[in-house]
Amino acid sequence: MSGDAAAVSPRSQWPLYEVFVRGKRGLNHVHVGSLHAPDDEMALRHARDLYTRRNEGVSIWVVRAEYITASSPDEKDPFFAPSGDKVYRHPTFYEIPDNVPHM
Amino acid sequence: MSFDSDYAGAYEAITEEHDDTRWAFGTGFSDPLAGVDTTVPPDVDGADLAAYCQMLGDDALIMSHRLQEWCTRAPELEDEVAVANIGLDLLGQARFLLARAGTADGTGRGEDDLAFLRGELEFRNVRLAELVNGDFAHTMARLLVFTTWRLALLAHLVDSNDPVLAAIADKGVKELTYHRDYAARWVIRLGDGTAYSRERMQAGLAAVWPYLDELFRPHEVELRLAAAGVAVDPSTVREEFDAVLAEVLAAATLDAPEVAPLPGVAGRYGRHGVHTEAMGYLLAELQSVRRVHHEGARW
Repeated sequence: MSGDAAAVSPRSQWPLYEVFVRGKRGLNHVHVGSLHAPDDEMALRHARDLYTRRNEGVSIWVVRAEYITASSPDEKDPFFAPSGDKVYRHPTFYEIPDNVPHM
Repeated sequence: MSFDSDYAGAYEAITEEHDDTRWAFGTGFSDPLAGVDTTVPPDVDGADLAAYCQMLGDDALIMSHRLQEWCTRAPELEDEVAVANIGLDLLGQARFLLARAGTADGTGRGEDDLAFLRGELEFRNVRLAELVNGDFAHTMARLLVFTTWRLALLAHLVDSNDPVLAAIADKGVKELTYHRDYAARWVIRLGDGTAYSRERMQAGLAAVWPYLDELFRPHEVELRLAAAGVAVDPSTVREEFDAVLAEVLAAATLDAPEVAPLPGVAGRYGRHGVHTEAMGYLLAELQSVRRVHHEGARW
């Protein structure tokens, strides 16, 4: 919306965004889906309309899908298999007090 | 779709106290009329109050119907849901207002009776709401005008001496703030877009502009109730409306159209039950199912 229409080349489709919503009961944002939008502000509004219409959320993040760097399924074994047998990495050797929530 | 016992049961199942089983579908739903005294205040004329609730309720009902017509036809899936959401918000406002009208006039008519069994001359919505949908720019132009006007009205109505109207307005203000934001963003995007989108947006504004003046022309019921502190005299929100529109149009690089207002018929307008040709067709579609099922359809 710069007013300089000539500088904007038409796109056949709006870019893809990924949507993260934090629910009333949630402590962190959770990926809920994706949508198309012409820019970041409209993506936020579309996310509100598509993913919080049943009173699910209190906060929304959106990010262009192309800005997310994801691990590849081909790398699954070298990435994740080595941690499969290292149970000692879990902090299971002490008692968690009852009044410490969210652990 | 009446507020009967099974409806209350549905509410109960998803309110905060019971949300442990249903939380994944959204929680913390609230009834906007919870704790509100629904008896008509003793110094308020019931017939006037009912007529006023029908005016505001019919605006919302008819505008909602036009927005619903975009289902399966919007330019993008995301905007289809957005427009449908706005239509549903307005339908919700219509339901509360028409239900209030049925209790205020003592006839005991329900929201369905008022929505589906009145004739065209008994509808009191402004004619802007009934206009046939044009293109998306036309719909955004109408939505901007309608929501800016209605938000200004409801923002004053939250102080109404009728506690039910005040509660409905309080709910509506939050909804309409979003509706106006949505419409304004599209008007700016299309107006300050390409030469072609600007042309379409300007044409959309020109199509709805003749219906503007009527919005600020008070009906005698509105004047009487405004004097009693129950209603808002629409002529008092013109300045606020003009300021908002001027800001949006400036950002959109659009001009306010220079077109003559659509005259009434012998000084009578939508608020008196005088409508355009489009209204009969709209009501035929809106009411046909209910009128075929004389016993009353359930849905």
